[in-house]
Amino acid sequence: MTDRVRTYDTDVLIIGGGLAGCWAAISARRAGARAIVAEKGYCSTSGVAASAGPGHWFVPPEARLREEAIARRMAGAQGLGDARWMERIIDRTYRTLPDIGTHYHYTPDDSGAIRRHALRGPEYLRALREKALAAGAVLLDHSPALQLLARPDGRVSGARGVSRQGDGDEWLVRAGAVVLATGGCAFRSHLLGGSNNTGDGLLMAVEAGAALSGMEFSSFFTVAPANTPLSRAMIFSFARYYDTQGQEIAKPATPNDHSAIAVALQGGPVLCDLSATPEIVRRQLPQISPNVSLTFRRLGIDPFTQRFPISLLGEGTIRGVGGVRVTGEDAGTDVPGLYVAGDVASREPVTGPVTGGGAVNAAWALASGCIAAEAAARSVLENPLDQTSILEPLGDAGLSTRRDRTNSSTTRSAFATTLSKGPTRPGASASSEVEIVLREEMLSPTRQYFRSADTLAAASTRLSAAWGALRDATPASAEPRERQRFRELAAMTATARWCVASAAARTGSLGMHRRTDSTDGSDVPAYVISGGADAVWTRRQAAGTVS
Amino acid sequence: MITSLDTERCTACNQCVATCPRDVFEKTEHIPTIARPQDCQTCFLCELYCTADALFVHPEAEPAMAARLAPSDITPLLGEYRRESGWDEWSENPRYANQHWRMEDVFRLARDG
Repeated sequence: MTDRVRTYDTDVLIIGGGLAGCWAAISARRAGARAIVAEKGYCSTSGVAASAGPGHWFVPPEARLREEAIARRMAGAQGLGDARWMERIIDRTYRTLPDIGTHYHYTPDDSGAIRRHALRGPEYLRALREKALAAGAVLLDHSPALQLLARPDGRVSGARGVSRQGDGDEWLVRAGAVVLATGGCAFRSHLLGGSNNTGDGLLMAVEAGAALSGMEFSSFFTVAPANTPLSRAMIFSFARYYDTQGQEIAKPATPNDHSAIAVALQGGPVLCDLSATPEIVRRQLPQISPNVSLTFRRLGIDPFTQRFPISLLGEGTIRGVGGVRVTGEDAGTDVPGLYVAGDVASREPVTGPVTGGGAVNAAWALASGCIAAEAAARSVLENPLDQTSILEPLGDAGLSTRRDRTNSSTTRSAFATTLSKGPTRPGASASSEVEIVLREEMLSPTRQYFRSADTLAAASTRLSAAWGALRDATPASAEPRERQRFRELAAMTATARWCVASAAARTGSLGMHRRTDSTDGSDVPAYVISGGADAVWTRRQAAGTVS
Repeated sequence: MITSLDTERCTACNQCVATCPRDVFEKTEHIPTIARPQDCQTCFLCELYCTADALFVHPEAEPAMAARLAPSDITPLLGEYRRESGWDEWSENPRYANQHWRMEDVFRLARDG
């Protein structure tokens, strides 16, 4: 700690200022609570929604439309869905989303109608920032959270972190309750807008004693032009793909399954052909998704007449499903004072083992943000902020400043011999070794698409060693950005361990989780719950016993 | 990855320093610098907030690849994202109206023909 700490008192602290966090801030203010948003980057450009185009699950309360929509989604959820949560997010999204019209400029469609559920990311998030500010929320930009804080009775009552800009090194917020809205974790895959999504909230929640669910549903990959982050799905809906021999790769049985492309990529470049795109869509593209057309222009590729190489970008738990287990209808967790919203939470209740990417995840982010913030605001009335209570930090992974350098370098060489497949790179630090392990284990499409007990055991060994090395190492300096970087590495490593342990615990294939050694899939539907920072654990829980 | 900040165009408004979600830019006594290019996530959003059209992000995520474009290639492309998104002075131009609402129709067309 330094003496340059800015401190704040509030009712509801929201960590993360993307889609879910902004709606949470707006809702907390409407409920009469003071609200602070601590955002790692900049509230309005940070998070995966900001550079995408969120549609929302948006079903009017007419006739049987909602029942039918929920029935379809329940079928896809294969026993893991919760119709009450689906109803809750449809209803909340339908009632609340139109409020953004005060700050978002809609363009009417060809019939003159306004499609309230379809918003372009940069404009949507800019509108949410302005709406949150107009509602009286305090936004702390460039303020990554490092640790939750708790009262002696265990209630989560704030957080502290570092300030990347401005005149203080650290910030500390004392709050009546905390909403985590930090997003999913994509392991720095270059996924569009995903570099800040390092699983920080998952680690903070587990350190506070919360449990996770569905972390095995993290094997999702999106097509993008090679070496670019352009994971925008629409234009690829017209794509055909060709392997190095020029053979067309068979279309998958389900639209999101790119495992055949993953296999083909092992043999060399895979080329994409968009020549089937209708003329009208080609003309409309710049006005639908300007960042897609500019990407091809800057690459010097005419995507409609030239074949171009593609790669697969790991989505981790973003278009995956897993996250903090929601334990009640108020988006609470196992920990008093701690609520979750958006992709940091497990979306199994609304999507089961298949992706909620697109409409369902956006509706979940909005609705869980509103619901969590309102519940947090209510709980503050019963547990008002006590300015005299001593707050203790929860968890310290990646935050060590006590150990000496000699100790850490000893650990590093032990780590290198345990972990590295080849000779240790001279001068490589423990942190760069960990980055390599994370990339090889979590961002390899074939490793993730074709899981087995053997591959998962090997991954577990490497990731455990990585965790141990980070535990014993020390950031190169106490500079705020360096401390943040080290903490993010710990969060990504912890997240990877929960993904791998959960994948090992679910021995049968289900949804996006595929085991090459799958056992009989006729089990009773069950969730895989996980947790533990140093000692990772998993357990199965029959579906229907969690809501 | 961010490849250039046009020093002639930059007005030192420092909006890029504030809005970059990855904290890539650094404020100085003069115009900002691209202090941490390796942290750039190639989201292009800084270009939207740069009303001087001074910033250019190459779509490839690695620096070696992004270095291929010459300054003479970049100049005509400056400001295109802000313009095509219909921001600021382009907001009344129907040619750049936000037609994001078409996306679901395009998906339907791809699925059902």
